[in-house]
Amino acid sequence: MSAPNRNRLTSGGLIDRAKSLGFSFDGTSYQGYEGDTLASALLANGVRLVGRSFKYHRPRGIVAAGAEEPNALVELRSGARREPNTRATVTELYDGLVASSQNRWPSLAFDALSLNRFLSPFLGAGFYYKTFMWPAAFWEKLYEPIIRRAAGLGRAAEEADPDHYEKATAFCDLLVIGAGPAGLMAALTAARSGARVILADEDFLPGGGLNAEAGDIDRRPAPAFAAHVVAELTSLPNVRVMRRTTVFGVYDSGTYGALERVSDHLPEPLPFQPRQRLWRLIARRAVLAAGATERPIVFGGNDRPGVMLAGAVGTYVQRHAVLPGQKIALFANNDGAWREMLAAQAAGAPVETIIDVRAEVAPALVAAARAEGLRVLTGAQVIATAGKTLTGLTVATPSGTERIAADTLAVSGGWSPAVHLTCHHGGKPMWDAGLAAFVPGTCPPGLSVAGAARGIFGLGACLKDGAAMGAEAAEALGFTVPAPDVPEVADAAFALTPFWHVEGSKGPAFVDLQNDVTAKDVGIAHKEGFRSVELLKRYTTLGMATDQGRTSNVTGLAIMASLTGASIPETGTTIFRPPYTPVSLGALAGHHRGKDFRPVRLTPTHEWARAQGAVFIETGAWLRAQYFPRKGEKDWLETVSREVTAVRASVGLIDVSTFGKIDLQGADVGAFLDRVYINGFAGLAVGKARYGVMLREDGMVMDDGTTARLSPEHYVMTTTTANAAKVFQHLEFCLQVLWPELDVALSSVSEQWAQIALAGPRARDVLARVADGDVSNAALPFMGAIECTVMGGVKARLFRLSFSGELGYEIAVPARHGAALAAALMQAGEEFGITPYGIEALGVMRIEKGHVSGNELSGQTTAGDLGFGRMASTKKDYIGRVMAARPGLTDPERPCFVGFRPVDRSRRLRAGAHFLKLGAAPTLANDQGYMTSVAYSPHLRHWIGLGLIKRGPERLGERVRAYDPVRGEEIEVEICAPGFIDPEGVRLRG
Amino acid sequence: MRIPCPYCGERDAHEFATLGDATLTRPDPAAADADAQFHDYVYLRDNPAGAHEEWWYHANGCRQWLRVARDTRTHAISGAVAARATEQASGEPA
Ligand SMILES: [Zn+2]
Repeated sequence: MSAPNRNRLTSGGLIDRAKSLGFSFDGTSYQGYEGDTLASALLANGVRLVGRSFKYHRPRGIVAAGAEEPNALVELRSGARREPNTRATVTELYDGLVASSQNRWPSLAFDALSLNRFLSPFLGAGFYYKTFMWPAAFWEKLYEPIIRRAAGLGRAAEEADPDHYEKATAFCDLLVIGAGPAGLMAALTAARSGARVILADEDFLPGGGLNAEAGDIDRRPAPAFAAHVVAELTSLPNVRVMRRTTVFGVYDSGTYGALERVSDHLPEPLPFQPRQRLWRLIARRAVLAAGATERPIVFGGNDRPGVMLAGAVGTYVQRHAVLPGQKIALFANNDGAWREMLAAQAAGAPVETIIDVRAEVAPALVAAARAEGLRVLTGAQVIATAGKTLTGLTVATPSGTERIAADTLAVSGGWSPAVHLTCHHGGKPMWDAGLAAFVPGTCPPGLSVAGAARGIFGLGACLKDGAAMGAEAAEALGFTVPAPDVPEVADAAFALTPFWHVEGSKGPAFVDLQNDVTAKDVGIAHKEGFRSVELLKRYTTLGMATDQGRTSNVTGLAIMASLTGASIPETGTTIFRPPYTPVSLGALAGHHRGKDFRPVRLTPTHEWARAQGAVFIETGAWLRAQYFPRKGEKDWLETVSREVTAVRASVGLIDVSTFGKIDLQGADVGAFLDRVYINGFAGLAVGKARYGVMLREDGMVMDDGTTARLSPEHYVMTTTTANAAKVFQHLEFCLQVLWPELDVALSSVSEQWAQIALAGPRARDVLARVADGDVSNAALPFMGAIECTVMGGVKARLFRLSFSGELGYEIAVPARHGAALAAALMQAGEEFGITPYGIEALGVMRIEKGHVSGNELSGQTTAGDLGFGRMASTKKDYIGRVMAARPGLTDPERPCFVGFRPVDRSRRLRAGAHFLKLGAAPTLANDQGYMTSVAYSPHLRHWIGLGLIKRGPERLGERVRAYDPVRGEEIEVEICAPGFIDPEGVRLRG
Repeated sequence: MRIPCPYCGERDAHEFATLGDATLTRPDPAAADADAQFHDYVYLRDNPAGAHEEWWYHANGCRQWLRVARDTRTHAISGAVAARATEQASGEPA
């Protein structure tokens, strides 16, 4: 192990030398300090080789100091928390951090697959499309496994993520994105006006470029000035400063997506803390102050570890007190990079050489550099590099070629404003020839841009522009803004000569480091005609990696433009889509994962049913009792048959609270029901309930259920469990949109009432012991509905309804009394052997009785199909009546609802089987319909079914085949009437 | 997207269900050509690029059907009124 922190300066920087943090990279232990990123700590320890490249497995180092990093992607943590493709440059160092390099085999230093570079003729532009096309069979067996092995990024964790992620929403008048000089001033100016401000910054230390700035602002060092502003903002009650928070997307109506990395800087989240929090920020206005990204110059060997962006070198020196190397050279085309290097040198960095492509550079700058002992080469270009990690450069100068020793080459080709978020509503950036950069075009409504993000590159100008944009936004929202207080900083002139690519340089010259796309690949795309920017991207994969081409897009465009002879804006623009930086799927899912994917609804008797030993099943969002197994029962069928038999022989109970329940009140409820049900309701007497069928406007059945009239102007409707919300929404539409003149008020009362069905010949005996009043056949006849009390004064509604075909009641009580009612019924029925039953037994009994249910109400069946044709009133209009009369829906050939039994009674029926005439081939043309529901009938002791078959009711007694190719079964069945038990309804009227 | 509900204030679109074109009128079921009119009413929809009046139901809110004016190109919402308010204001009970 090398000397700890051998590249660390002894003073300066925004690190806490008192807080040492241990970490490991590829199994070797190192130490850094609080305030480090993983990248700065690696550089401090002299680690320069951090990964292998995507396609060619070339050794790669750290290029940048921020979110734009294309190379230094590592696997962070281990086991279930392993996170691939993490950018070391934005990973906050913590004690115990474990990271490893990725995409190398067997080791980072010796990578067998770096031989891929000899395959580069085959892996170049368009290789996906050309190389592996033939023969097709080779793709799966040969090419794909090899490519997957050879080309790739990190490995995802193989275990479930142990951490939590959550979602939150916040509102503000002004959202400021980025806490650099412009963002801080925008936030401060607006905050002082009283506007509610959210300042979101992706870094753990707000300040942006100020944290790497060497000069003073307002008589304070720049980082201290930033801290001072942040302190004032934090103290204001109308401001929320969100650190470690990346605004990644702009959505409609001022909605911004942001990711807060709550715990990524900790070994694992603190108790009850999420790892990350996904924010929905609702802002009336926003100021984008995301700064700018430096771009490299493309030359041969520009991917060698040690070649870095000049601004990154400055950041490591100033902010982290780290020397990226011991012999630093600069290769640039602009004055800003010179000043960056002079400042770094003043801070103690060994900068030795400046190489500038420009023949003419401001004499004062040249003199300043020479005064510091730097060697200056103008009109010069780097044409090659040497070393596994950088050891030297070959430079072409006007006086010839020379070799220069250097372990670090700072590169600057200029700056690209971070216009990403301005593109999220389809806005296209515009080319600014003076800056040689794209600047924001049309922005999303409510978003303005400040500072470097709109091409204002001086520090003093950024401070001023931020204040102006903050003031403008706050004033537009009606706030009175005090005159901004902007410190004066003198800016040097912006001087840059566009320069993109050293032609004729030696070795592969990479444009896109993350996807291994070279200048030669761009040339191939040009030669083969893929010249528009969209084709260039897809053909070469330029800019399509996780960094979205932050450091490569403009350069790629410029190289293509020089090949075609067109201008850069003629060649195309680069636009960006959300997310700005990768967002983990865990954060997008939040708590909606596994069992928590959606809320579970429990019935009022859930705990009671659990105590009875119920097995539960999900039905929609509900968890309902499926059946109640008893000791010794060998399978569910035995249990269900026992429950059915008990109900038919004596009495049973089931919670039916999941039905939708809608309260209807008003003078016109009867008229309203007439318009939404196919059958008449206007004549329904008080104290009676009626079964009704509802259609959609297209003529298909929507739902069925009963509606009871409790008093002249008060009705209560039940819907099926599945359609509760849909029916309610439909009824509200009818009332509010179609017939607002009707005097009807609706309210959903599904949650307010617990409802228990009591069924069986002993049902009345049990009910009589629980109800406070008279429940005799005379007082409560079949289809009767009364309001009364039960259990000594609990408000209740009794409905004499039956789904099972037995004497039946539904008892509704306020939901909080549901469990007590179940217990009271159990006690009252004890001497009759009352049996709780689940929805399986309920289903068996409704099939025995021949009632339709969800399987038949499929949205593709008409009232006529289901045997309700004669129920439909001809004396009134109702929703769906006109469309239900269409020839296609009244065709007598349509499959209609009937019952089925196996000819061989020992055979099992299968739902989903299709019907064929005896002897007919199983073709679509011969399809007669299909089986919708089946059950084993303990009453009949064989399987029975319900289904839809052409002209069904006319074919009772006929035999057909039930053909089930999915299960490979085919059996002969007999068509019968759908009621298998008590078809005359004697039992339920008893 | 955020919808300015006249009862609940500006709320996220996730709270709403949408039903599309709000300019359609349910035809007279007694008309001689009711079947043709209903066919158009149920199935035919324009697909305008630009201003669109549409029904949104505030399912997780006040349960009111709202007539929302939305630009289909930009998702800009220029207003929302309750269905009942417009029906009554129009003075044309169905
Ligand atoms: Zn509302």
